[in-house]
Amino acid sequence: MATGQASEIDPLASSVIRFRVPPLLQQIPKLARYQLREYLRSRRFLAMAGIVLFIGVILTAVTGYYRGSLVASPVSFYSADWGGAASYLIVLVVVLFGGDAIAGEFQNKTGYFLMGLPVRRSTVYFGKFLAAFVAAASMLVLYLGILITNGLYYFGAGAFPWQLGVSVLLAVLYLAAVLGATFLFSSLFKTSAYGFVLTALLFLVGFTLLQDYTSILLHNQPWMVISYASGTIGSVFNTPVNWGFTGTSILMHGDIEKNVVVRIYTVAGVAEAVVIMVGYLFVTVLAGLWLFEREDFS
Amino acid sequence: MTVPSLETRGLTRRFGSFTALDHLDLKVEGGKCVGFLGPNGSGKTTTLKLLTAMIYPTEGECFINGIPSHKDRTGALAGAGVLIESPEIYPSLTPNEALEMVADVRGIPPSERRGRIENVLSEVRMSDWADKKVGKFSKGMKQRINIAAALVHDPPVVLLDEPSTGLDPRGMAEVRSILRGLKQTHRLIFMSSHLLSEVTDVCDEVALLDHGKLLFYDTLANVVSRFSKDQGSVDVTFDRSVDSTAVRASAGIPPTVTEISQLGANQLRLKFSGGAASKKIILKTLVNADLGVVGFVESESALEEVYLSQVSRGE
Repeated sequence: MATGQASEIDPLASSVIRFRVPPLLQQIPKLARYQLREYLRSRRFLAMAGIVLFIGVILTAVTGYYRGSLVASPVSFYSADWGGAASYLIVLVVVLFGGDAIAGEFQNKTGYFLMGLPVRRSTVYFGKFLAAFVAAASMLVLYLGILITNGLYYFGAGAFPWQLGVSVLLAVLYLAAVLGATFLFSSLFKTSAYGFVLTALLFLVGFTLLQDYTSILLHNQPWMVISYASGTIGSVFNTPVNWGFTGTSILMHGDIEKNVVVRIYTVAGVAEAVVIMVGYLFVTVLAGLWLFEREDFS
Repeated sequence: MTVPSLETRGLTRRFGSFTALDHLDLKVEGGKCVGFLGPNGSGKTTTLKLLTAMIYPTEGECFINGIPSHKDRTGALAGAGVLIESPEIYPSLTPNEALEMVADVRGIPPSERRGRIENVLSEVRMSDWADKKVGKFSKGMKQRINIAAALVHDPPVVLLDEPSTGLDPRGMAEVRSILRGLKQTHRLIFMSSHLLSEVTDVCDEVALLDHGKLLFYDTLANVVSRFSKDQGSVDVTFDRSVDSTAVRASAGIPPTVTEISQLGANQLRLKFSGGAASKKIILKTLVNADLGVVGFVESESALEEVYLSQVSRGE
């Protein structure tokens, strides 16, 4: 054992740890607060807010111009403008705020600053998750705010269908589940771009293809696909609402250049969707954390 | 029985077939500055990352203030200030905000935070930049904030990984000056470096690592005397211009001085034999000769010679 000569200074004199480190559950919101501050001041936040505002303005203009069935009732209005768009918006904002959450800590070396602190890796992971969740959710709130303002204009105060409340809750759960998956992918890489691209491709293309393959070709309910569950964010506006654990297939008719197009669209029941989303959330968060716990900061 | 500030027992880390650190046994006690030397790839940063649980050991264990880093990361790092790999701070934060976060996470009570943050910012001479965004800072300024972050909780142990690497000469001088200030605070500073001048200037003890193995760990003076076979070297600074030949002739330099070379107009390097006793006589002679001696330090080249001989031996 190599040991240097004893110093003239009493080692005990300086070996007192003066401050008690807060427990895990108190450290998570502390880290999240500073991460959120970074998000709120970032260009990506401003850019995303601009995009959401732009989409909101376009929707407002289109709804105002066409009116008709779009504003036939509060249910049809929120079904079209919220139910049809929320899941895409969620994927967009989650990719933006979560795609590089873990990989970026390695790539930008900010992780070395955090890892010098007396925190467990799970604290960093959940702190970042919480911050990304709040940042992404704020975009949903902004979008919903625009829609509600429109709703108030067309239908007056108090015309909020209960389906909107259920749909928003499902959207929040979907957001958390997609964020969990995004953190998992982000934990797989040390380069931010991979996390962004993989999450976007998977949620915008991959899961949709898998859902169609399972339901159309295999005639099975695609219960393993999260985008299948996200369909309930819109379908909850349909009557009657399927609250159950099994999905329903809807035959959709279309018309492309006088050719009739028929497509089977399978939608999860609300309970089934909740189970799928919660399952995705737990599995991906735990898997992502498992990876992050084992990752070398090398 | 005192608990060592830092301890590693058989600490080993392999990356595939490459052994970055090979059964490192090291125990560092007390408040002092220890230079952790070694060429690139010798395992210095790996050791620091293992100590701070940024990476995991293949074998062995390590402790900070007696607390095992990998079993209780939070406990181990509660008593340590850490600067590894020149970390980046979230660019939109100001030094005040970044240090506030560090203080918050470290559990410093709100009533003490402001004072502590002001103190450390002053210590690293960044008070004037306290409310500017870190993203606009130079590398040297960021490094000073990183040092402040490592000190805000007044830790008994400070781990620094090549703190002045990548900085310009002014930045290096500033970091070195901060380190000299830190030495006065009676804490353990464990600093990896490959800048021998920095280690000679700041450190009391040195540990040399090569190919993942510890070659030695001892006081700077012992290392130099042990490996230089009774040969020593000092750099002497005068308050006026001096000439090596004239000094030898006029000052009555003892015969143990084997060589005098000119380092600058007012600086000479004296190589000598006879160890510490001889060094003492040389200093006394120079002072008595009234040549205006204002500096008399162990030559950087002495450590360099040891370093080169030991590192090359390990290859």
